[in-house]
Amino acid sequence: MSERIREKLSILADAAKYDVSCSSSGSNRKNHNKSLGDAGNGICHTYTEDGRCVSLLKILLTNFCIYDCAYCVTRKSNDIRRVAFTVQEVIDLTINFYRRNYIEGLFLSSGIFKNADYTMERLVQVAKKLRLEHKFNGYIHLKSIPGASNELMHEAGLYADRLSINIEMPTESGLKLLAPDKNRNDMIQPINYLKNEIILHNDQKKLIKKTPMFAPAGQSTQMIIGATAESDKDIMLTADKFYKDFNLKRVYYSGFVPISNDKRLPGLGSSVPMIRENRLYQTDWLMRFYGFNVKELLNDSNPHLDLDIDPKLSWALRNLSQFPVDINKADLQILLRIPGIGLQSAYKIVQGRKFQKLNWEHLKKIGIAVNRAKYFITCNSHAYERRDLTAMNIKQYILSGSSGKNIKNNPYQLNLF
Amino acid sequence: MAITTIIYDGSWEGLLTIVFEVYDRKLSDFRVYRISESQPALFGETLLINIDQSKALRVWDGLKKKLNGPACRNLFSCYLSELKGVEDLLIEFIQLVFSSVGSVEKSFTNPCVLRLSQIGKMVHREKHRMEAFVRFKLTKDEIYYAAIEPDYNVIPLILNHFKNRYADQKWLIYDLKRGYGIYYDLNFVEEITLDKKPHINPESNLLEDSEILYQNLWKDYFENANIKSRKNTSLHLKHVPVRYWKYLIEKN
Ligand code: SF4
Repeated sequence: MSERIREKLSILADAAKYDVSCSSSGSNRKNHNKSLGDAGNGICHTYTEDGRCVSLLKILLTNFCIYDCAYCVTRKSNDIRRVAFTVQEVIDLTINFYRRNYIEGLFLSSGIFKNADYTMERLVQVAKKLRLEHKFNGYIHLKSIPGASNELMHEAGLYADRLSINIEMPTESGLKLLAPDKNRNDMIQPINYLKNEIILHNDQKKLIKKTPMFAPAGQSTQMIIGATAESDKDIMLTADKFYKDFNLKRVYYSGFVPISNDKRLPGLGSSVPMIRENRLYQTDWLMRFYGFNVKELLNDSNPHLDLDIDPKLSWALRNLSQFPVDINKADLQILLRIPGIGLQSAYKIVQGRKFQKLNWEHLKKIGIAVNRAKYFITCNSHAYERRDLTAMNIKQYILSGSSGKNIKNNPYQLNLF
Repeated sequence: MAITTIIYDGSWEGLLTIVFEVYDRKLSDFRVYRISESQPALFGETLLINIDQSKALRVWDGLKKKLNGPACRNLFSCYLSELKGVEDLLIEFIQLVFSSVGSVEKSFTNPCVLRLSQIGKMVHREKHRMEAFVRFKLTKDEIYYAAIEPDYNVIPLILNHFKNRYADQKWLIYDLKRGYGIYYDLNFVEEITLDKKPHINPESNLLEDSEILYQNLWKDYFENANIKSRKNTSLHLKHVPVRYWKYLIEKN
């Protein structure tokens, strides 16, 4: 018995690991009447040896699947061992891991057996039982199954904190090529339905305080990077559209890990495009937190991100006319656009300059990357970069001064710039 | 003038009492030491200051009037760092608060303010680590037990998190380094000290029957969630420093 469950867990965790989302924040489920758990703390309980956060028990309910998506290990033509958890097995694992403080909750995905509704119904059952029978308030992330009915998606929203569908292919042509029996509309339909339900729910909540929660951590999606030939511009325009049209909380970018010798795909042995993935996350952050419009960063004349420097520095070098910026006067919005200054240091600058004019010493103490920022700012000091440097010069100086450390950094948790 | 040496019991209230006495006795040149800490050769005067609850409370109330909640909590966190000399920094900061008109906790250009904000962050990081790295083991008497050895004395900071989260199970978190822990009995959390340090051996029959199965399942999960072609050891070690491995089931 215990050997069997260990085997299932090994197979179904292995098959789920290509989904990079592991977020457990964005909810605020509380522990009422002395039950089990609460959600929304976003704790990483450990990190795998590839340096990724482990916050949730991320598994498939089953790796049986009727589809044959070329980029997926679970595709039906793949010759692998197929297993399935029972609903109760998933519940027992979740509760027992949770009670031992291993995890923040469950992220349940699945191969599609029989049809969309049949699969979605089982996912919903797990969540429903956890909430109603086990009084579990930990985090639950359910996969929305493309083509699932509105009724099931509604139920899912009642019990899950987050829902996601991975659109996987950044372009429709990519999807046609690699997953010919899938279509974009089947994916968009549940996303769109949930978006509207969430809006409706939030309106209701304004009138009636006690309205039960509905997908409080919203929706997310994932795109595979480097499986087909799309440009960074294609990827980020799609991301931007999903953020705007469907109010997504997060878009994840997952460098393609070769899994077969299918001619349509990068073969076994090709490396995972980790730096590119990192640059896409940085671009995503610039869009969401730094006030950049996607078209400032990627457009027809710059369809690809630089691999050797981060997208903010790239942008600044293309727009040298907007610099130097006076640290003691510029608005927060402008400070955020300076290479070498992150969210926290920008905020600290605004606080700190209320007390005195800031000089280089202050800026160093605040923690900005002076050797980057110095080409773009002036402060309360006579020493500043006076030479008339070209973008190329600046790039060379910065690159020769950095150890390339940022490249090795974690693409999932960036605090660069 | 020689430096006055102030010795106290190491408690938070004790430290606040010192602040009161510093004002009351108009002390200016002093160093504070915990009684448990080694003190330098004493030249000047030595003062032993005992807890006085009402004095401590007056100082704390005064601080709360001048500082917002997070800033007050940060002072307490810094105190829990138990770093050498942190008392002197805290007193300097408190004097700064009482002598300034506006808020001072954000004036990062002041070395003392900056240092305390850094120490506060270090303690906070350790609090988060403990919220993440506690690994409960279920014992035969149905208590979820975890041993920890945090860098700083963070138990007071993690208590609420665990109390709110694990409200329907008995649990015990024990700091082996400092020899005390917190125990939740389904109603209240109380501080306890055990005579014999409770080191539960995974092989011992003190553990509930299914415990080893779940430990193995967790290890299986950890193993299989890893993507080998993305191996990144330095990042792994940065997030899970080796000194914490001892109590992490997945790393043993
Ligand atoms: S439907 Fe999902 S699980 Fe099935 S092959 Fe496609 S991506 Fe994989």
